Amino acid sequence: MPKATNTDDPEGPDGVQIDLISGERMAEMATMEKIRMILDGVHDGNIVILEEGLTPDEESRLIETTMAEINPDGFNGIEIETYPKSEAGDSSLLGRIMGTNDAEAKLTVIGPANQIETLHKDETLISALVSRN
Amino acid sequence: MGLFTELKDSISRATDRLFSDQDPKRIGIYGPPNAGKTTLANRIARDWTGDAIGTESHVPHETRRARRKENVEIERNGKSVTIDIVDTPGVTTKVDYEEFTGEMDEEDAIRRSREATEGVAEAMHWLREDVDGVIYVLDSAEDPITQVNTMLIGIIESRDLPVLIFANKIDLDDASVKRIEDAFPQHKTVPLSAKEGDNMDEVYDNIAQYFG
Ligand SMILES: Nc1nc2c(ncn2[C@@H]2O[C@H](COP(=O)(O)OP(=O)(O)O)[C@@H](O)[C@H]2O)c(=O)[nH]1
Ligand SMILES: [Mg+2]
Repeated sequence: MPKATNTDDPEGPDGVQIDLISGERMAEMATMEKIRMILDGVHDGNIVILEEGLTPDEESRLIETTMAEINPDGFNGIEIETYPKSEAGDSSLLGRIMGTNDAEAKLTVIGPANQIETLHKDETLISALVSRN
Repeated sequence: MGLFTELKDSISRATDRLFSDQDPKRIGIYGPPNAGKTTLANRIARDWTGDAIGTESHVPHETRRARRKENVEIERNGKSVTIDIVDTPGVTTKVDYEEFTGEMDEEDAIRRSREATEGVAEAMHWLREDVDGVIYVLDSAEDPITQVNTMLIGIIESRDLPVLIFANKIDLDDASVKRIEDAFPQHKTVPLSAKEGDNMDEVYDNIAQYFG
């Protein structure tokens, strides 16, 4: 039996799963593997946070693949938000979790378009406000 | 000599062009939905070829597939530049099929939303493979700093493509060209109204200069 779920909710757990993907893990993956991992997470309703973001070419392929997977009775695309990590400073929540501080890297947050009202950013913390239907 | 002349005669103008240095540059018109991309593409096509390229519409996703107008010859200061214009559906990371259901039956809505997603995918593909330059059209009355705009400009820059930013709809009261210049200071911004035809001289000067 699953722990920490809200049993009042017939839809399953009340809350959202966040996948944090380290730059180190991403570095070992091919472009399409990264895109597959992101979209698989998003299809499951998760918010995917990439410590070091994607290259422009990978972003372009992510959009293209997303388009191919949109279908009328379910998936309607993604929200994506990107920003330089230097802005967040080395004491950012994620910087501490990940234990890294690469000023060049840009943090990227990706989630399912139909569930996300706002992907909001502030100085030190990303908050994903997920609609609960 | 005779053979050569014969051969030469049999080659069509189009084939000639294929092998010339002055291949028309393929210029992609990108930007968010509703910025006025099709209105601009039509104005350029009408001004220089006499006919239009597609349907302008307040309906989102009216341009669902990339449309091309070939060999648009633009004359500036005694010189002429030839471009192919590609009007794209505008890039987005989501397409909601519900947006289509208001005005049509379900089957049509499904077909149209599928065309829209294919059109966006196609536009991304064109950007990676097939365009030589980009006109990025923005609605001056809207905030230019959006995720999609920033991401797309980044993708265009990473391909080292020449890019002009067109600050469209300057006829609107709340238009702000400065807001666009400030958002993308690394690129040349040209103000215009594609609908009213305002400032088109500067538009064509810049097209000739950047893509000639
Ligand atoms: N006020 C104003 N409206 C414009 C201008 N250019 C386009 N529009 C309008 O904006 C809407 C969207 O134009 P369209 O060319 O279809 O945009 P696209 O989605 O980027 O191709 C239409 O209603 C156009 O008439 C402009 O310069 N000024
Ligand atoms: Mg259009």
